Amino acid sequence: MSMDAKHVDQPKEFAFDAVSEAAIPAIIATYPAGRQASAAMPLLDLAQRQMARLTGHAWVPRAAMDVIAARLGMAPIRIYEVATFYTMFHLAPVAPHHLQVCTTTPCWLRGSDAVHQACKAAAQSDPALFSVEEMECLGACVNAPVLMINDDVYEDLDGARTEALLVAVKNGVAPPAGSTIGRRGSAPEGGPTTLFMVEAADGAKP
Amino acid sequence: MAKVTVDGIEIEVPNNYSVLQAAEAAGREIPRFCYHERLSVAGNCRMCLVEIEKMPKPVASCGQPVGEGMVIYTDNEKIRAARRNVMEFLLINHPLDCPICDQGGECDLQDEAVGYGRARSRYEENKRAVTDKYLGPLVKTVMTRCIHCTRCVRFLAEVAGVPELGGTARGESMEITNYVERALSSELSGNIVDICPVGALTSKPYAFVARTWELNKTDSIDVLDAVGTNIRVDTKGGTVLRILPRRHDGVNEDWLADKGRHAPVDGIKYRRLDRPWLRENGTLREARWDEAFDAIAARMRAVAGARIGAIAGDLCDVESMFALKRLMAGLGSGNLDCRQDGAALDASRRDYYLFNTTIVGIDEIDALLVIGADIRREAPVLNARIRRRWADLPSFQVGLIGAEVDLTYPTTWIGEGPAALACLLDGSHDFAKILAGAKNPAVIIGQSALTRADGAAVLAACWQLAVQFNMIRSDWHGFNVLHRAAARVGGLDIGFVPQAGGLDAGAMLAGGVDVLWLLAADEIDATAVPGSCFVVYQGHHGDAGAARADVILPGASYLEKSGLYVNTEGRVQAASQACFPPGDAREDWTILRAFSEHVGHRLGFDALAGLRAQLAAEYPIFGDIGDCRRLASLDVTGPAGDPAGMGADAFARPMPVYYQTDPISRASPTMARCVAEIAAPMQAAAE
Repeated sequence: MSMDAKHVDQPKEFAFDAVSEAAIPAIIATYPAGRQASAAMPLLDLAQRQMARLTGHAWVPRAAMDVIAARLGMAPIRIYEVATFYTMFHLAPVAPHHLQVCTTTPCWLRGSDAVHQACKAAAQSDPALFSVEEMECLGACVNAPVLMINDDVYEDLDGARTEALLVAVKNGVAPPAGSTIGRRGSAPEGGPTTLFMVEAADGAKP
Repeated sequence: MAKVTVDGIEIEVPNNYSVLQAAEAAGREIPRFCYHERLSVAGNCRMCLVEIEKMPKPVASCGQPVGEGMVIYTDNEKIRAARRNVMEFLLINHPLDCPICDQGGECDLQDEAVGYGRARSRYEENKRAVTDKYLGPLVKTVMTRCIHCTRCVRFLAEVAGVPELGGTARGESMEITNYVERALSSELSGNIVDICPVGALTSKPYAFVARTWELNKTDSIDVLDAVGTNIRVDTKGGTVLRILPRRHDGVNEDWLADKGRHAPVDGIKYRRLDRPWLRENGTLREARWDEAFDAIAARMRAVAGARIGAIAGDLCDVESMFALKRLMAGLGSGNLDCRQDGAALDASRRDYYLFNTTIVGIDEIDALLVIGADIRREAPVLNARIRRRWADLPSFQVGLIGAEVDLTYPTTWIGEGPAALACLLDGSHDFAKILAGAKNPAVIIGQSALTRADGAAVLAACWQLAVQFNMIRSDWHGFNVLHRAAARVGGLDIGFVPQAGGLDAGAMLAGGVDVLWLLAADEIDATAVPGSCFVVYQGHHGDAGAARADVILPGASYLEKSGLYVNTEGRVQAASQACFPPGDAREDWTILRAFSEHVGHRLGFDALAGLRAQLAAEYPIFGDIGDCRRLASLDVTGPAGDPAGMGADAFARPMPVYYQTDPISRASPTMARCVAEIAAPMQAAAE
């Protein structure tokens, strides 16, 4: 939703590359004929991922929005409306590791301030690698506080674990997404407290 | 029909009515900001809340359809409290800058705040501020005042057909913007100022000029296109300050094109002719009226009647053309023409040159063929009506012959010249099947198809096409000529065309006459008039005609005289004088009346009423002002001209620059800004 897109050096032109082009027909075909405008969001996402792939910075330049509008037969302003509405579309370049910290009430009660601090410190000392953004609810409140790095959500964080996580990310050895304290799914912290007799689907005892 | 009860009043309304419309039908007023009867329903301001029995909560009446037996309360304590709460929320972020706001005095929010506003604010947090947007030279923005009703967004998308505004971001960050710093490209953009319920969008040329209660309001008619838009002229101290549309459902609904709204306001102040001028030894000098008259009379006495001619311009009222025609008859001249551009219009039958379907009739067309017309620029308000027809009727088809122009709705381009017309006549183009299959097909012929050497042949071919596709029946007339000049239909109606043996405009300009009277005729190549020809220019602006003139008689512009105008569909409408002409300038019919005495052929009327009585006696249509009869005909005899005589040249691009087309708009600094900020960048982008 970054509205400072005006202060960004916008590329004059944008074109979908071969990888993106290959995906477009299937996306548009998802929607009924005459309703191709519904593909606006998937195509914006595609453009953002293409920018990440080619430039290392995930964002949607205005030229890309114009290209999408022309492709879908929409007025450009209709695409601008969608792109500015959703925070996940970046209208200005972000760093290769974009840190999205949830600061909504459940995460905040569980200590998102410390997570946010750690992220800000990382972005400050390493702006070429990290950028940080405060997010509204990321939808993983049970394992609060959570941090989303690009597409991966890390849960059950605190200040120290966030710092360690960011060091690992910086060194290119990012741990798998999910809980950072070994919690399984959204089961209670420290293991289950009920349903001891039920076997998990994979046969393992909880 | 549904029977509903509104505040105890039982009333029957159509089933498609909303509760708000039903309440209005019952005579109850519902406050609203986002609802506009000519736009889609948005339902986002929540000001129109009403109570409906058996519904637990107040309901937004604009979006609630009526149901049989509904019992509606529009004004009880519960509803008043709900509206007060809505108003309090709307005012949270609305600035308290009414004293410096141009909307003050005609602001919906201000008016409703009188009824529903709290005396003081309970809001202690910071108000938000929004950066102003650049929307071009006509619309000024103060976006902090915006209450997000989205009327402007919907107007541009639905009526103007130029979706350039939108609401970006969300929640408290939401802004109405075009996102790109670019002028709105619509010819109807001024209307978003009218429909804005607050002072977020105001008129840029009118910024900080006057308060609404200081203005004198005069009803008039717009003459900068031939639609005959009804306007209200606001003056203060004899100066025109702004022009607004006046509602007329048969013509312009609530809209007015930008040129008619903004060009005259400053256009009639600059380059005005305010005293008579006389050319002596090659240079013009100021003169007295009697000197000027003497000079013309002396010259006229020296030549035969057949060597005198008159051409009427595009902005003339019917009265002055009628007076000039009488004068010319007295002088023994049949050299008259009101078609200064040489359009091959046949004046012998009224439906040869009218928009016969009528503007209201556009709502019945189901297949349309446009020939050599850029309706979007030549008649923006009329184009909005066609666009609405396209939006209402999914099967509506438009074919286009001539330059490929963007009419704001999809068109099928058939070809660029007469050849395309021919392949419709012989049925070889697919669009012929669409026309043949339509119930009410229509054709619109623009002036660029007629202002050419083979214009008469094109007109005849169009008529032949109309007959062939059954457009001319006892219940339907689909043959339409779209005019650009407000004076043209009136001129043709009173027969201001070459009389028996008379010369037309082209022949007169080429030296066919020795004395040429130009009645505000400026769209001519005046330099081509031979030096031996004595040119009298009677008009209001120092434009092409005045530059060549030997005598200049200062006339009045349309805002400075009462006059009759006939629009493209043949509707006679009366404009009232809003202010006085500058200096020694006079109303045009009085100049002709005074001169007639000077030259010894006194015209037989001394007052406008007398002139109009004689006009109506000779041409009965001028007896019913405001009326528009739909012509239908069984007589399919075509206008003069042989369809086989059509040339091969493509039709010229109808109106390359919308903003400067007549002496008034060429003199207007606002229109010059529009060219620089809207038309020129668009042209550059197109190239």
